[in-house]
Parts: sequence; structure tokens; C-alpha cells
Amino acid sequence: MATYSTNEFKGGLKVMLDGDPCSILENEFVKPGKGQAFSRVKLRNLITGRVWERTFKSGESLEGADVLELDMEYLYSDGDMWHFMRTDGSFEQYAVDKKAIGDVEKWLKEQVVYTVTLWNDNAIAVSPPNFIELEVVETDPGLKGDTAQGGSKPATLSSGAVVRVPLFINEGEVLKVDTRTGEYVSRA
Amino acid sequence: MPDDWQPTASIATLRERARLLARVRAFFAERDVLEVETPVLGHGGSTDPHLDSLALTATTPQGRERLWLQTSPEFHMKRLLAAGSGSIFQLARSFRDGEIGHRHNLEFTMLEWYRPGFSLSALIDETQALIRHVLGRNPGPCRQRRYRELFRTQLGLDPFTVSLTTLCQVAERETGMDLHDAERDACLDALMAFVIEPHLGHEGLEVVIDYPASQAALARRHPDPEDGAAVAARFEVYWQGVELANGYDELTDAEEQAARFAEDNRERQRLGHSEVDVDVRLLAALEAGMPSGSGVALGLDRLIQLALGKASVAEVMAFATPRC
Repeated sequence: MATYSTNEFKGGLKVMLDGDPCSILENEFVKPGKGQAFSRVKLRNLITGRVWERTFKSGESLEGADVLELDMEYLYSDGDMWHFMRTDGSFEQYAVDKKAIGDVEKWLKEQVVYTVTLWNDNAIAVSPPNFIELEVVETDPGLKGDTAQGGSKPATLSSGAVVRVPLFINEGEVLKVDTRTGEYVSRA
Repeated sequence: MPDDWQPTASIATLRERARLLARVRAFFAERDVLEVETPVLGHGGSTDPHLDSLALTATTPQGRERLWLQTSPEFHMKRLLAAGSGSIFQLARSFRDGEIGHRHNLEFTMLEWYRPGFSLSALIDETQALIRHVLGRNPGPCRQRRYRELFRTQLGLDPFTVSLTTLCQVAERETGMDLHDAERDACLDALMAFVIEPHLGHEGLEVVIDYPASQAALARRHPDPEDGAAVAARFEVYWQGVELANGYDELTDAEEQAARFAEDNRERQRLGHSEVDVDVRLLAALEAGMPSGSGVALGLDRLIQLALGKASVAEVMAFATPRC
């Protein structure tokens, strides 16, 4: 893998730091009156999702990380692993473990396309589309006539996620949900 | 079609900027300091090991020549001084490769002026007066701080005498950087940039003086009255944690200047930077005799940024480099 010097750092560049693959978020140039320049860099650890802030002397370099983000369709879970398939026509399948799935487990729906992050050809993270349509499998009965204002109630969706929905929503309805906030958007 | 064709400064800000530029010119007109314009290109460039100059190839009567975009108008202005110009100032577009950030832009406006016969302290006074005049208000009391004193009070160490091992340890602890094999100046720069600078100039202007001799650049060196250690006759002005200006009691000795250029280029080579052509005409001008005195360079975009309360220099420039 290539190495990248501080003057090549830019948002989106994938580098290795402390043994973990990271994505550079921001690179701020810092320089005292005269003298040595520094790069203050914000990076997201692609395994833990945590944001790190590190400072480097100008000219220092980091090893590049072999990281790919690919579109993949969710197929099924066998209990231990979650299986995805590339959508580029290769039909290549990847098994994703619990650690890499993380919180995304509650947004999984068959045939929906997710972004799977691969590091050295291993899946390390999965991100869902911003909006997803899911069926309500459990909620209190809907209140007739209440179509607009007033109150909300919990509803369990087919993927396992629980979201707050308006009182008029019934079991069996399909809802559009924002996966970034976990909030109800509308009926689908 | 790109959607980022708009300026990085609002038109209202550009009007404010023009008003502040007029104040700069009025300040110097009243003091009988001559406005000059010198070339952005030169046959020599800055050899400073920590500056990256941009060069280009141009067709001249000499054929194809390498010319350097100036990192400041210093060399040309000093040649004017040697030619008998007297006091001069310039609003000079200057270029430093790679320097882009909240406080930096690859090309920027340097306000640089020279005062033959002025002591460093007289020029410090004038720099404060200029800043007050441009702001149209008093930014608060002005304090002078010795470089050495700042390190002692904020970090509990003497930057001139502390062992390199201790200095590296303190710098690593304070900045979280890997500095175990760093050199003295790299550690001092890291501590200055991340620990000391952010605290400077919050109650008014703060002027830092008596820099380490190794950071003298084009300043004379003189002994520290405390223990005779060599210090640079150089000052930096800070306001709101931002470095605004850098002044020198100017080096006028051609031989010493030539030695520092050569030393810089050796250092560049060691750091893996390309060598820069030395400005031999500046050396000739110093040989012919430049009147002694003081000079200062002030980052005008930063002063305007702070005066207008903006978050970055890009917001006071028509088109910052990413959008040029």
C-alpha cells in the first residue's frame, strides 16, 4: 500500500493509524509565526466509528488503508453471520459478523442495498440507506379519525427497530423511516 | 457546471475590506512612508527551510528562466532601501505553497514596511499604532512578553537551557504528537503553536520578543541581558490567539546573510526539500550598503478577518485558493 504525506491528506482518504483503518474527515494546517508547520487531522476509525484528533509534523506520512466501500444487497442471516451480495453483477457474497453489523442489525431488510466497507477484503462496517421502508409488526391499535396532530406511540418494525409513530398507524402498514435519526417520516 | 463560482467573501465584506485598505494607505501617507510595488516574481526565492516557494518557467530575453513567486516582498524592498528609497511600505500579494487553512491561503496580502533608522521597539510601537488605526478602536493594553518568559510561566521550562530529552517529553505530553526523535526547534514550534499561542492576545495585543537565535531568519542576533545567550532581534504580534505580524531588526551584513542562505539550503537538503535559488542581487545590495533599521510584515487578511469578526481568512478574500 502507498504511503501518504501530510500534504496529500484530504477528506475521504483512507489511512492506517494505530493498526486501524481510518477515514480522514478534516485536515487543518497549523503554523506558528515562523518555523515548522503541522497538520491537525480529524479521522474516523472505520472499525469503532470513533473520531480521533491527531497532530502531525508537516511531511510525516501514514500508510494507506486498503479500504473499499461497495454497494451490496442484504440476503439473509444464518444466526451468526449476515450475508450480503455485490450488486455489480459479480454476485460475489460477503459474510458480515456481529461486530461489523453493530446497530445496523435493526435496519436490515432483504433485497435492500447497503454500503459495506471492506478492509483487506473483510467487511468491517455496514451503513443503511438514509431512508428505508419497513412494515409495522406490532403497535397499539390505531385511533380512528386522528390523522394529524397529537401524541405518538411505539411501533415495532419487521426489522426489529422500534420507532415512535403517530397514533393513527396500524399493524401491517408500511412506513418510511429515516435510519440516521430513527424517526418516522411518513406512510410509504 | 461547478456550483461554487460564488466569491468566498460577501460583497458587503469586500466593501469593508476596501475601507480598511484605504485606512492602511492613509496611515502611511500621514507618516510620509512611500508606497511601492515590487515584482511578484524574482530570480531568487526564500530559502527558509519551512517555507515552500512556487516556481515557474518564463520566457525572457535570457531565454527560458526559472522565476520564483515571492513568499514576501522582503528581498525586493530591501534592494529599494539599499538604493536609497527611505521608508517604504507595500501591500504585496505573496505566495506560500501548501499553506491553506482557517488562517492561511496559498496567495495572500502581506502588508510589509521598512523604517531605516528605527529601533525594534520604535517599530513595535508603530505596528500597534497601525493596528489601532485600521481597527478604528483600541484592542486593549499592549503587553511585551519575552519568548523565554512565556515558556517558563506556561510550561515551567527554560527553552534555551532545557535538555532536548526533557523538551521532547514535555512536547509529546502537551501536544500528543510523536516527537521522540524531534529536534529542538520542532519541539519549541509545536509547544508555541499548540500551547502558548492560543493564550496570547486575549486582553489586548501581545508582542513576543527575544526569540531563540536559531529562529532568527533575517534578523540580527544580540545577547540576552540575562545570561548572554544569543537571541534574535525579532518580534511577533498576537491578537486573539492569532499571529498578525513579524518584525526584525534587519540583518544588513552581506556576508552573514550569504552564510544564512547557504545554511538554510543545507537544512532544506537535509529535510528532503528542493534547494532554492539564492537572491544574489539582494546580497549585492547588502554589500553596497543597506541602511540599518527595522522592518515588519503583517498578514493583512488576518487583521481584516479579526477586525470583521470572521471565522476564516477565506471569508475576507474574493476567491480563496480552493475556489480560484
